[in-house]
Parts: sequence; structure tokens; C-alpha cells
Amino acid sequence: MERVAIVGASMTRFGQRDAWVRELLAEAGAAALDDAGVDGDDLDHLYVSNMASGEFEGQTGVPNALAHDLAAQPAYTARIDQTSSSGGAGVYAAWQSVASGASDLTMLVGGEKMTHRTTSEATDVIASLTHPVEYKQGVTLPSFAGLTARLYLDEYDAPRESLGKVAVKNHRNGVDNPHAQFRKEVDLDTVLDSPIVADPLRLYDFCPITDGSAALVFCPESVAEEYAPDGNYAVISGIGGATDTHVVHERADPTTMGGVVDSSDIAYDMAGIGPDDVDVAELHDMFTILEFLQSEDLGFFEKGEGWKAVEEGVTDRDGDLPINTSGGLKSKGHPLGASGVAQVYEIFKQVTGNAGPRQVEAETGLACNVGGFGNCVTTTILEGSQ
Amino acid sequence: MSDNDAAEDDGASTGEPSFEAAEYADGTVTYPPHTVGPNGAERVGTVDLRQYEGRVVTWTTSTATPPGVREPNTLAIVEFEMGDGYDGPPVRALGQIAEREDGSGEAFDVEIGDRVEPVYADELREPGAGIREPESQDWDGFRFRPVE
Repeated sequence: MERVAIVGASMTRFGQRDAWVRELLAEAGAAALDDAGVDGDDLDHLYVSNMASGEFEGQTGVPNALAHDLAAQPAYTARIDQTSSSGGAGVYAAWQSVASGASDLTMLVGGEKMTHRTTSEATDVIASLTHPVEYKQGVTLPSFAGLTARLYLDEYDAPRESLGKVAVKNHRNGVDNPHAQFRKEVDLDTVLDSPIVADPLRLYDFCPITDGSAALVFCPESVAEEYAPDGNYAVISGIGGATDTHVVHERADPTTMGGVVDSSDIAYDMAGIGPDDVDVAELHDMFTILEFLQSEDLGFFEKGEGWKAVEEGVTDRDGDLPINTSGGLKSKGHPLGASGVAQVYEIFKQVTGNAGPRQVEAETGLACNVGGFGNCVTTTILEGSQ
Repeated sequence: MSDNDAAEDDGASTGEPSFEAAEYADGTVTYPPHTVGPNGAERVGTVDLRQYEGRVVTWTTSTATPPGVREPNTLAIVEFEMGDGYDGPPVRALGQIAEREDGSGEAFDVEIGDRVEPVYADELREPGAGIREPESQDWDGFRFRPVE
């Protein structure tokens, strides 16, 4: 199996954008092609990670639209939908296409256009991933977060403030990310006094609704120097995908995300490393509680101890294991299909030493992209070329 | 434990549908029913969860609800007490907490560990107000209220 390198990357500004999904995808796609020094018609495969362009905007067939806009015909195209983890699933598909030898040059573009919808409508589009017995009760992804956060705080005697500190940390990190939706620090009192959304979680425990796009270019490691002559490429040393139950209440332990455990086991095994070898990580902090659950289920911390790491500053940018140096979904924003791609974009920048003011010392980085409430997960491990 | 006919009879006698969970060949029970059980065992029958009390595993009150959903919406994950004879994985349901009967329109207060029982509601959410096709699923079902 070919080892796969990432040789180009881009992301648009995340936030409230005038552009529609086609334009967002083209903006990121053109920039990533430029970063890799290639043209659209050099691509063998072109994937689009997107959850719901049909539901949000009435625009389907986006991979074909993007291929035409970038003159990428006759590249093979496909849309990858795995809800919030569409981006990670796209990374998996792109990796597979090159690792298998089916493609010598693949681009993945993730994107979503959401902000033209009201919060209520957008919440409903996302909640439509739930089982009918969940949907009819009016459940939303934020309510799953509230249910799980209450149980976590109760089971592990974690203080409510510890969740707030995730928001404070990630907002602080987002200040240095020119692509982030929010580039503004918040203090703990602001988080803890913000309006309740899903008790015990409040407004600042949740990521915003966002428009945006991100893109990556993949090729065999053996030819990576041709596209990235200065060694500015990264290698996908491990990747794994896994699924948990569709019905959230059927999980044996509601505070464990089985898909995170299983996908990271596969990724660590492929990379030949363990959680202690990871220098920097991007986790799917759609809700603050998710950063605790993933940091434990990835093996960074013992079960029930993830909150202590945040309290002790271990996951700060200058801590032993920086988490969400990009600002995370929390401050960077969460355009569904783009998020998993943007996570890998950040890790790519970190392990190639191009993260600017966000740079930490990192040879190995990990991105964990979660769909639904842990329903589908992709974990990707990158190593810098040097 | 399972008895298909009994479950249907209960529903007929009270005029409301049963709270239908599935039982599989290995004795496992799930709500909602699936094509096969969590260990791959085939489905052999139906269990009516109305005959069981449950305990609140966790709860939340959601204030940002989607179209057609009551606001606020207090939800709980409830684990049913299936009795000593049951040794499968926990049987749980996610459900709304019922409104008080004092006309306040507010849901009952619940805490983790509270005992609750299912109570039927003919419409949990307004069909067609949200994105889901109204004909694609049921909209009635069960809420939970504290056991006196």
C-alpha cells in the first residue's frame, strides 16, 4: 500500500459569508491547487465533503459543479456525506484513493453553507440525522450534549467551570487564526453567565453556525517532493474510521464515544505509535463536553480525567499536549462538511512548521472528526516530512 | 418475559399503542427495535415497556428547539428496570418529561436516579413543521413522569 502525502492545503475564512456552497468550494479548491502547484485537470480524483447542500440550499451535485468550475474534468468525483464527520470521511476516501493506487493526485474539498438559515432551521437539518424515535421527541445535537454533560459532571465529580475553560481556551487560540469565525477572547464569567441552551450547557459551550470551506491535495509519498520541493508536506501515517450506534441512548456507557476509541485504535496501530506520541491534536469540540470525551477516548487521559487536564493547562497552546490550536470548532466555526478537512489543515500546518503565531513544537499531530453525537468518527494522524 | 399477544391485548384494552421494544433470540431487548439484536441475534418478539418503571440516567432542558417542538423541551434518558431475570444490555429510551397537571405548562422536575413511568402522548412534535417527511414516521409516543 502506498504511503500518502498531503502536498497542498487551503481554507477560506469561516463565518457568515455571502458566497453560496458552490462558490465556497471553488474558493478553497482553487487555493489548494495553487498551493500544490497543480491545475484542475491534473487531478485523477476530486471529492467533496458536504452534509446537506440539498437541504440547506437546494443545490445538489456539488462535486460535478466544482469539477467544472475548476476545469477538473474528466476527474472521478464523489460527494462524501457522513454528517458532521463528512470532512474526516473525505480524508479517508482521498487517502484510500491514493493508497490503493487508483489515483496519483486527489483533491478533497469540504464545505457547507448554513448561515442563511435560522438557528432553528439549521438545528433541525442537523437533527434530521437522528432515529425516528429520537427525532419525534424533539431531540437536537445540543440536547445530546446537555444530557451527556450532566452525566459526566455527576459521574466524575467534575466542576461545571471546567467545561467553561474549554471555551475560554479555544477562543483564546482562535484569536491567532485569521480564518476563524470568532477572533475574540472570552472570560470564564461570560461563558458561565451566558444563556442556557441545553442545561447545564450554555451558549458559549456551543460552536456557532458557519459558512466555509477547506481543501487538501494528496499524492503518493514517493512523488511528494515534486509538488512540495522544500519538504513542506506531511504524511498520513495512520487513519481509521469507525461507527457507533445510531440511537445514542443504546450505548453501554453514554460518556464513552466508542467510535473514537475504535477509530483511534486503528490509526495508532497503522502509525505504529500510541497516544503519548501525539504532539498536537484537533478535536471535534462542537460542544465543550466533546473535548473531554475525545481526549479520554483517544487515550490522552484516563476516563473521567480529561477535565483535570484542561484545569491544569495541559491542553493550552504552551501545555504538554496542545488541543485545538486552531481555536477548534468552538471559535473557528463549524461548516459541517468543511470541519474535518479544516482540522487536518491545522495539523498539516503544525507538523510542517507553517502555523505562524499558532505554531507549537510538533512532529506528529492527530485530528478527530465526529459525526452525529459520536455516531461516526475518523481519526487521522499526520507526521511532518522532516 | 416477552409475549407478543399480551402486548397487543394491553394496547387494545387501554386504546393506546404499546411502548414497543424488540426481544431477540439471545434474550436481549432493545428500544427501538432493530432488524437484528446488538449481538446479531434474530428478533423473536415484542416487549411492551409500559409495564416497567425506569430511572432517570440523565436529563436536560433544551431552550433552542427546532420547528414544531415545544419550548422549552425537557428530555431524559431513562433506563428501564427489567427485573432480575434480564441480563442483557441496559434497556433505555430517550423521552420528553411530561408536563405537570397543575396547568402551569411546565414539565415535572426530575433528577438523576428518579423513578419515572411512561405516559402516552398522541403528538410529541408537530408533524410537517420540521424537515422530516410527516408520513415517514410516527409522531405519537411516550413521555415520562415521576412515580408518586
